[in-house]
Amino acid sequence: MRKVSRLSRFNIASLALGLAFLYLPILILVIYSFNASRLVTVWGGWSLRWYHEFFNDRAMIEAAWMSLRVAVSSATIATLLGTLAAVALSRGERFHGRTLFSGMLYAPLVMPEVITGLSLLLLFVALNAERGFWTVTIAHTTLTMCFVAVVVQSRLGSLDRSLEEAAMDLGCNPVRAFVAVTLPLIAPAIVAGWMLAFTLSLDDLVIASFTTGPGSATLPIRIYSEVRLGVKPEINAICTLVIGLIAVVIVIASLASKLSSSQGESAAPL
Amino acid sequence: MSARRIFTRPAHLAAIVPYVWMVLFFLVPFAFVLKISLSQTAIAQPPYEPVFDLTAGWEALKTAFAALSIDNFKLLGSDDIYVFAYVRSLTVALTATSLLLLIGYPVAYGMARLPKRWQAAAMVLVIVPFWTSFLIRIYAWINILQHDGLLNQILLALHLVSQPVVWLSTDTAMYIGIVYSYLPFMILPLYATLAKMEPVLEEAASDLGAPPWQVFWLVTFPLSLPGVGAGVLLCFIPIVGEFVIPDLLAGSNSLMIGQTLWLEFFTNKDWPVASAAAIVLLVVLLVPLLLYERLQKRQLEQGR
Repeated sequence: MRKVSRLSRFNIASLALGLAFLYLPILILVIYSFNASRLVTVWGGWSLRWYHEFFNDRAMIEAAWMSLRVAVSSATIATLLGTLAAVALSRGERFHGRTLFSGMLYAPLVMPEVITGLSLLLLFVALNAERGFWTVTIAHTTLTMCFVAVVVQSRLGSLDRSLEEAAMDLGCNPVRAFVAVTLPLIAPAIVAGWMLAFTLSLDDLVIASFTTGPGSATLPIRIYSEVRLGVKPEINAICTLVIGLIAVVIVIASLASKLSSSQGESAAPL
Repeated sequence: MSARRIFTRPAHLAAIVPYVWMVLFFLVPFAFVLKISLSQTAIAQPPYEPVFDLTAGWEALKTAFAALSIDNFKLLGSDDIYVFAYVRSLTVALTATSLLLLIGYPVAYGMARLPKRWQAAAMVLVIVPFWTSFLIRIYAWINILQHDGLLNQILLALHLVSQPVVWLSTDTAMYIGIVYSYLPFMILPLYATLAKMEPVLEEAASDLGAPPWQVFWLVTFPLSLPGVGAGVLLCFIPIVGEFVIPDLLAGSNSLMIGQTLWLEFFTNKDWPVASAAAIVLLVVLLVPLLLYERLQKRQLEQGR
């Protein structure tokens, strides 16, 4: 009995340390974004000064706006395509080129972003496409639809297929059965997929750097070029705003997946 | 045997659009990388030649093929910078992945042994930082590690050091950054296998007289190997090509391949050499990528 309790104390300690390691740096950053002092490490009292500075920084605001637009459009396209891909993979057992298809969908999940970015840029240059909003959107769609496909596919996999079959026995054609029965059941996973695609796009620096053109930098590109020049307290404020936005997104996504798990036993992991 | 056979059922029809998209924006781009890696560097816009012109007919194509050069690949093999960059990338990835395994395993184990209702909460807590921008997380560490940063202030206040320690632009900082960013990728697959494991097996080993380390080493660890494999590959492959973390946290004296590629591309504008470097990186990573795919297939089959 004693041995067990000592072991679990070790478990709890390692878990607590791990979580502290994950959260403390972010917490410190958020606290320092409200620091009145120009020196990032000297505490000068609470202040909203750096938020004010951010909202007066035209270049930053433009980059943030560009990032939001790209994230919303690429997440939307990626959700459509990723859901279709997930349906094809989990409902279409065999079709020609299925292995290639699933390979192409899984590869971007682990491939270094430098390679993905470089290859897309070379394609856009060869096509003589003007680089900017649309090229970044296409690049982000390609990356994030793979994540959407994984999330939606895992939900589809845990779904009882007899529901769909029942609808078809009652006279629905397969498309109607899918829209009327399956789609509402996987809707939470689709929402979670959209959220994931949105945050991934908002977060991406490397692929965006390769595929964007002059004058249309995204927020991470701007932050990156500022950070390379040294620490600026304004960056703390921007980062806190982004963290806040993502926190809202996570709350919505977790509500969606809670909804999903109350409908079926196992929800998508993300 | 026609296009009609390929997509007979509606589910197959669903594949068409994403299929075409992935071929266009994932597969075809690699053809361009390959093509440009075989061209000569030129001071032009775009900065390479020769350029294929498929409309020019067979003769033109033949001359184009004759003009292909593997010089860029030879350069990669002969230039120390690239050889060092590949070696460093692999070393960094190996070291970082080992650290991740060492740190991630106890955390995942702790999670898996929590009461069931706490496990879901712990998982959310591990996933949330993954949703937070990685650039922000790296930036948070710059705040802490810089010369007059929090870490040095604490160390000075505790009189553990007499003057500020240089943390930024060192390998230590880079490893902290990498471990920090990739920890969720290591914890989640480990947790997934550890949570599925029957605690009865460990109890049985313990009842039979095995001390805790033996229980772990002979029972727990071997059973968790699928998770270890997935976690190691999920971290190792992207770390090899990592660009941002070493660029912001490590010194500039020895670069990883991702950084070299980036420099070659954006600063030196040597697209053919950058493309050749990308091809070699891809080939190097193909082995773990295929391993990963095999592993996933096996896990899917086990899950059924």
